[in-house]
Amino acid sequence: MAIAHDFEYLKPGTLREAVRTLARYGPRARVLAGGTDLITLIGEAMAAPDAVVDIKGISGLDRIEFKNGALSIGALVTFSDLRDSPIIAKKFPVIREMTGWLASPGIRNRATMVGNLCSAVPCCDSGPILMVYDAVIQVAGPAGKRKVPLSDWFVGPRKTVLKRGEVATGVVVLLPKKKHAACFVKLRRYEGEDLAQASVTVLALAGNSYRVSFGSVAPWPVRAHKIEALLEGQQLSDSLIRKAAQLVPEEITPITDIRATKEYRMHMCCVMLNRGLKAATARLAGAGPEYGTSLI
Amino acid sequence: MNKQITLTINGEARAVEVGPTDILLDVLREKLGIKSPKIGCERGDCGACTVLLDGKSVRSCLILAIEADGHKITTLEGLSRNGLTPLQESFLKHSSFQCGFCAPGIVLSATELLAKHPHPSEEEIKESISGNLCRCTGYKPIIEAIAAVSNARRKSV
Repeated sequence: MAIAHDFEYLKPGTLREAVRTLARYGPRARVLAGGTDLITLIGEAMAAPDAVVDIKGISGLDRIEFKNGALSIGALVTFSDLRDSPIIAKKFPVIREMTGWLASPGIRNRATMVGNLCSAVPCCDSGPILMVYDAVIQVAGPAGKRKVPLSDWFVGPRKTVLKRGEVATGVVVLLPKKKHAACFVKLRRYEGEDLAQASVTVLALAGNSYRVSFGSVAPWPVRAHKIEALLEGQQLSDSLIRKAAQLVPEEITPITDIRATKEYRMHMCCVMLNRGLKAATARLAGAGPEYGTSLI
Repeated sequence: MNKQITLTINGEARAVEVGPTDILLDVLREKLGIKSPKIGCERGDCGACTVLLDGKSVRSCLILAIEADGHKITTLEGLSRNGLTPLQESFLKHSSFQCGFCAPGIVLSATELLAKHPHPSEEEIKESISGNLCRCTGYKPIIEAIAAVSNARRKSV
């Protein structure tokens, strides 16, 4: 498929140069990392940038680092890098769990986690996972560097808070200090490569504290603060989970589209919340299904 | 503005002039005459255009040719330059393909898998080809062919 729309291809060698180029073109520029979203958008005329700014020439953005309890994932780290990383498998097994259901190896070898956050589609799988950890996105721009909490990052479907000239350079995730375990439950139409119809992420912390997020059922991934408040300090039980499930309609706003109806999404979020809470709690106790086991 | 890029394709250095909007798949097929990567969905869904970029399977329909400047590309033509690989032999033996349109992509995806995990589980085999659509076979003979290569290797050790 020849791309009908002409653009300039620019490959800055430094972050500074990238920011300068992005500032010059403003909204007429798009950042290219893995390209699995961007090239599709341009090919289908859903994006028509005058400049495509490839950041793969900038050194240091392809690293996964874990220091003093903080995990840094650079903007060029692919989902395959995350899947193969021993530090991710050891410290953040739920991230690895998520990568196993995200697209397929041919996409994961190219697509980046930070790119997934920048594309900001409602069904992105990185968002809900990182949200339960209160991840922070690192941004470089004409005014210098800034950090954006993921809770402030999304402003609409396919829209983020990034301003003219800014580029996301990485995401930082703090390892919870308390003992913890997590679970990612993703609803798909079939086994194999599919986007989420809905997803639930649960982070269980010692002391009956929970962090819960939903994906694909709102304009962007959402944290379920009311459910978290209900669960706080309570021993998990079937009756408590039922009460939590009753709050699901207050947390999410699913729509009907080609992949599922809103009613099905709503119903399944309650089912997945139940299973996710139980699995994360069991994992915290050293039992439960192995990471990577599908619960749905 | 056009630019001359250099690719190492199947072990051979090739220079080619590309425009900024040229897609790698089109350049491979139309400018370099390498026809095993197929034009399928052209949006990353079907895997028919799979090539190995520095040893990793990628969708050549989602990569600008200019992005591949200086990189190594392996296609089916490169794999079988010195005769069929044991994996390809196994696909033949198990009658794993019918129309064959998905074959180059699946062979490359499975090649990457076996390079990484010489003895993959059935789940790992399924995961490795989860992005390669086959509309003929129902996948079973494909999975069997990949598993057979792994088992044969185990026996020969």
